[in-house]
Amino acid sequence: MPVEQCEILVAGMPGGGPALVLSAPISFWGGIDPATARVIDPRHPQHGADIAGKVVFLPGTIGSSSASAVLMELVRGDKSPAAIVLHEPDAILLIGLVAAAEMGWVVPPALRLDRAKHAQFTGSRIAVDAEGYIRTVA
Amino acid sequence: MSLTLTETESALATGAKGEGAAMAMRIVAESARLLGASRLIPIASAHIDGALYHGDSGTLFAEKLVEGGAQVAVRSTLNVGALDLTGCAQIRLAEPQRGMARRMMDAYRSMGCETSWTCAPYQAGHRPAFGTDVAWGESNAVVFCNSALGARTNRYGDFLDIACAISGRTPYSGLHQPENRKPVLGVDCSQLGRSFLREEIAWPVLGSLYGRLAGDAVGILTGIGFDPGEDNLKAFGAAAASSGAVGLYHIEGVTPEARNGIAGDADISETIRLTPAMIGDAQNRLSTAERPERIDAVAIGSPHLSLAEFEQLERRLAGRRLAVPLYACTGRHVLHVLDRDGRRKVLEDAGVTVVADTCVVVTPIMREVKGGVLMTNSGKFAHYAPGNTGYDVLFASLADCVESAVTGRPVTAAHRHAG
Repeated sequence: MPVEQCEILVAGMPGGGPALVLSAPISFWGGIDPATARVIDPRHPQHGADIAGKVVFLPGTIGSSSASAVLMELVRGDKSPAAIVLHEPDAILLIGLVAAAEMGWVVPPALRLDRAKHAQFTGSRIAVDAEGYIRTVA
Repeated sequence: MSLTLTETESALATGAKGEGAAMAMRIVAESARLLGASRLIPIASAHIDGALYHGDSGTLFAEKLVEGGAQVAVRSTLNVGALDLTGCAQIRLAEPQRGMARRMMDAYRSMGCETSWTCAPYQAGHRPAFGTDVAWGESNAVVFCNSALGARTNRYGDFLDIACAISGRTPYSGLHQPENRKPVLGVDCSQLGRSFLREEIAWPVLGSLYGRLAGDAVGILTGIGFDPGEDNLKAFGAAAASSGAVGLYHIEGVTPEARNGIAGDADISETIRLTPAMIGDAQNRLSTAERPERIDAVAIGSPHLSLAEFEQLERRLAGRRLAVPLYACTGRHVLHVLDRDGRRKVLEDAGVTVVADTCVVVTPIMREVKGGVLMTNSGKFAHYAPGNTGYDVLFASLADCVESAVTGRPVTAAHRHAG
């Protein structure tokens, strides 16, 4: 069963959920619907996927500087991913979590893991603990 | 590397100037930690993308800053909002969202931001001097500010932009550091047709391709050989910042940091030679509609149209009436000239809808059409319209957009790219 220790970029509520491994970079603004948490960019390979409650693996982020606003809106609407695993820190996206935490809302953790290690989690259910360990549970 | 705050910054973070300023300072400090910055630096200005409504959370965030007495410490222009406060265009945003969007715009104004409401602040009188550090949001404004003006900003996301404006500080990292502004990727354009590069359609296509190739790397385009002008640089940067995470590009002999060649070419680890076939493919990828037989609307003005671009629109229209709606998005800096000279009325009589303060992909303006087709000359609209509006996109030149709006049927000149 795969297990990886990730650097904690933004601390959040431990937990977990089904893995959603994105195979291409995404712009959260214009790419994810802030109300439904679905991937709405028709050019994205995971178009139609629901990111709410998932452990979302991001190979990269592109595009709009409103990614943070979309992520904060997902957090407030209880539609956020269970955890976000990034190849590298993205200050635009993660400010959405920082600002949401300032608002007193419960945020998911954001973790750093090399993108070459994302695919092994495809199709699994994942537990995320407070120390940044992610492991397959089913 | 850990972050060290000055005494003043620490005092700000613990509430010396109120809870709003403290919240802003904490967000800046947290972002510095995320970026691995060891210190903060003062900024000369900010451009704030955060006043666009995406849901109630952003409104509540802005109002919390206002309740905490926050005021911007530097000149801060505002990017588009979700409403057209000038009344030019009807916005189909329903209550309660409409009221929340309005409250959000009001909150940013009450913090001392300028009501510029444009994604092209650099054409609305906000042009930071070469080499100055600023904190700008809005991906196209960031890339223009860095590349065409030579001022220094990272790609600031919503909420960090206003936090920097209030604290007057930003993390010293990324594109604020001169060593990170040198190109590491070469993009050789010498094989592209000269006549193609002289056309306006070349620049959003080239930008879209460049963004996909460069990602977040700093690149330099070589083999262009002439200055394409500010509106083309604007279109290039907006498309590049949509398909990639581009914050800064250089064009050899054109952009200010590459005008006299680049010191330290040795940093270039890879050079990509663009071919007409790559350009043709990039142009095709901007459209999602396959051979549409009709179009439902035309949208131009992402980034917001300049006065020069309105002049091109007027010249192409040549007094004719439109068969389908054409939305021309711009800012107040242009609108007041159009109004002063009676030109908006002429455009509206021809069937053009002028949209100010906002645009058709960030807020509901165009009517809902199942399977609708939107024609545009904007690389940025082409990227975001399918996801945000549900319209499929047909990408074409301004000339083709106008001809199609007049006839109501898609008119495109094929294989222009072969040059």
